[in-house]
Amino acid sequence: MDTLAVVRNPSLKTVSSPSSIKRSVNPWLMPALLAGLVATVVFSIGIGAVRVSSYEIGLIIARSFGYTVAVDPTKEAILLAIRLPRVCLAVLIGAGLAISGAAIQGLFRNPLADPGLIGISSGASLAAVTMIVLEVSFFQKLSGMLGLYALSVVAFSGACVTAFLVYRIARIAGKDIITTMLLTGIAINALSGALTGIMTYLATDEQLRNITFWSLGSLGGASWTSVLAILPFTIIALVGIPRLGKSLNLLALGESQASMLGVNLKLVKRQVILFSTLAVGTSVAVAGIIGFVGLVVPHLIRMGAGSDHRRVLTGSALGGAIILTLADSLSRTLVAPAELPIGILTALVGTPVFLWILVRERRRTLA
Amino acid sequence: MLEVRNISYQIRGQKLLNNVSFQAKPGELLAIVGANGAGKSTLLKLCTREIKPSGGTVNLLGKNLEGYAEKELALFRAVMPQQNAVVFPFLVSELVLMGRYPHFDFYPSEHDYQVAELALKKVGMWEFASRVFNTLSGGEQQRVQLARVLAQIWDASEGILFLDEPITGLDLLHQHQLLEIAREFTQKGFCVVVILHDLNLAAQYADQIVMLRAGHIEAIGTPQEVITVDTIQRVFNLAVWLVSHPELDCPMIVPQQHQFSEHN
Repeated sequence: MDTLAVVRNPSLKTVSSPSSIKRSVNPWLMPALLAGLVATVVFSIGIGAVRVSSYEIGLIIARSFGYTVAVDPTKEAILLAIRLPRVCLAVLIGAGLAISGAAIQGLFRNPLADPGLIGISSGASLAAVTMIVLEVSFFQKLSGMLGLYALSVVAFSGACVTAFLVYRIARIAGKDIITTMLLTGIAINALSGALTGIMTYLATDEQLRNITFWSLGSLGGASWTSVLAILPFTIIALVGIPRLGKSLNLLALGESQASMLGVNLKLVKRQVILFSTLAVGTSVAVAGIIGFVGLVVPHLIRMGAGSDHRRVLTGSALGGAIILTLADSLSRTLVAPAELPIGILTALVGTPVFLWILVRERRRTLA
Repeated sequence: MLEVRNISYQIRGQKLLNNVSFQAKPGELLAIVGANGAGKSTLLKLCTREIKPSGGTVNLLGKNLEGYAEKELALFRAVMPQQNAVVFPFLVSELVLMGRYPHFDFYPSEHDYQVAELALKKVGMWEFASRVFNTLSGGEQQRVQLARVLAQIWDASEGILFLDEPITGLDLLHQHQLLEIAREFTQKGFCVVVILHDLNLAAQYADQIVMLRAGHIEAIGTPQEVITVDTIQRVFNLAVWLVSHPELDCPMIVPQQHQFSEHN
């Protein structure tokens, strides 16, 4: 074993701090995000034309759980029927969009991917817009059966059909599914953009207003029914996606290495696509396209939590919920009594933030 | 441990490998050598099930490779690829811990942390544990990836390690350090299969060499049997001198001078 002594690395002898492996995790991030979410929710419920203090919010919630306390009935009505469902919807949609964004970025091994990129959102809105403008008889029958929710159902099916289509086309292309899926998604996006354009051109004035809702997004239609409608889907995504954290980490090493480390690639791909379609499809169905949340939030979380998907995924869900709730409070108070479409707000704020992240990361890799 | 029997691989009518057979026993370091395009990487991919053979079988621990589940294989078989790009800015420590993923469900155990630490110390990258992987130099990245694959099968009772041109980008010291580590693992009863370009390193470290030419085995056996003036002339089309290692009982090659220029 003479040779061993010769080639031993001299740097082995230097002593470094023990267990620096474990210390790389910031233990306060998740509690901070959770506290931030609670604070945001309380703030958003209180803010609006009628201000409700956090003490009153506590009283009203206690009352709805059966305690006998004296509260202002007007405020109680506003809170329970309007504010609370709207905030719940914002939390669910924000969490769903952001966690799907993080998962899709991991799956596509591309930090610039987001749920919109593979056509989920545009497919959903195309389906909705088509139904609004063409008023086809099938849709009128559906409206007769489902009432106001017909459009949501149509939008969700649109999301599923596009996701399935993109996945299938990419499969035909063969081996490198992921790259082909990205490119197919871009093509499908361009196509639905064009078709939506045609529909806008054909639309009447009243239909145009309706279309704006789908292409710019709004939580204005929130009610307990819409919250309950998306709750099961969002919960499936919020429970299912974090379980894929380890697999998504391994995917960062490349597909072949991931399978060498025991990842069932096919299963992981299908699950990510299925869960994101559930979360994003239902959110477009009740609130239209809300851009940038799925793209920017995971980046912000990575800056604080590192790249480990086990933290990025849950962190993004919390961060997305916070950001969308805040954005919605702004969108309904900034130009009160009118409302700003929330998609405009997320894009206005999201773009500079995203550019800042890009420049910052460039600088860091060059340094 | 690894038994390759009459394996062939063809794609679009082109035969990349033809009737290749060899065996690697536990405790053996097997080197695959050959010119560019001879089929070395294809052979390795067939052994790791990344591609399926057109004919022939690969057995691992006496069982057909096709019969294993991915998770089963991940517990005792590790593969270090040529391409080592990592997309997100993972820390070195996180990356090495990924090698332990097959061994835990959600949270790594104390033992997994220890193994990751030992593996990083083994390759001399422990001081880099909290650095971002993407900011390291090519050779340093290579060593971290080695630590990851070592961590994966660190405490397997019968492990098998595949290395695809692992020393590309490493300096002289770390080339030898890597192969020394590989040999240390064979002494624990592991089997190591490594693709090498440097015949002198292959001769010094390998127990068995498989020399490929145009998809078939040109020579197989101990370094003394395989590394000869004759085989190197045939496989690499290069005239060499053979000298003996000053210390070890293995051949060394020195290319002859002026064989490409006009005035020799």
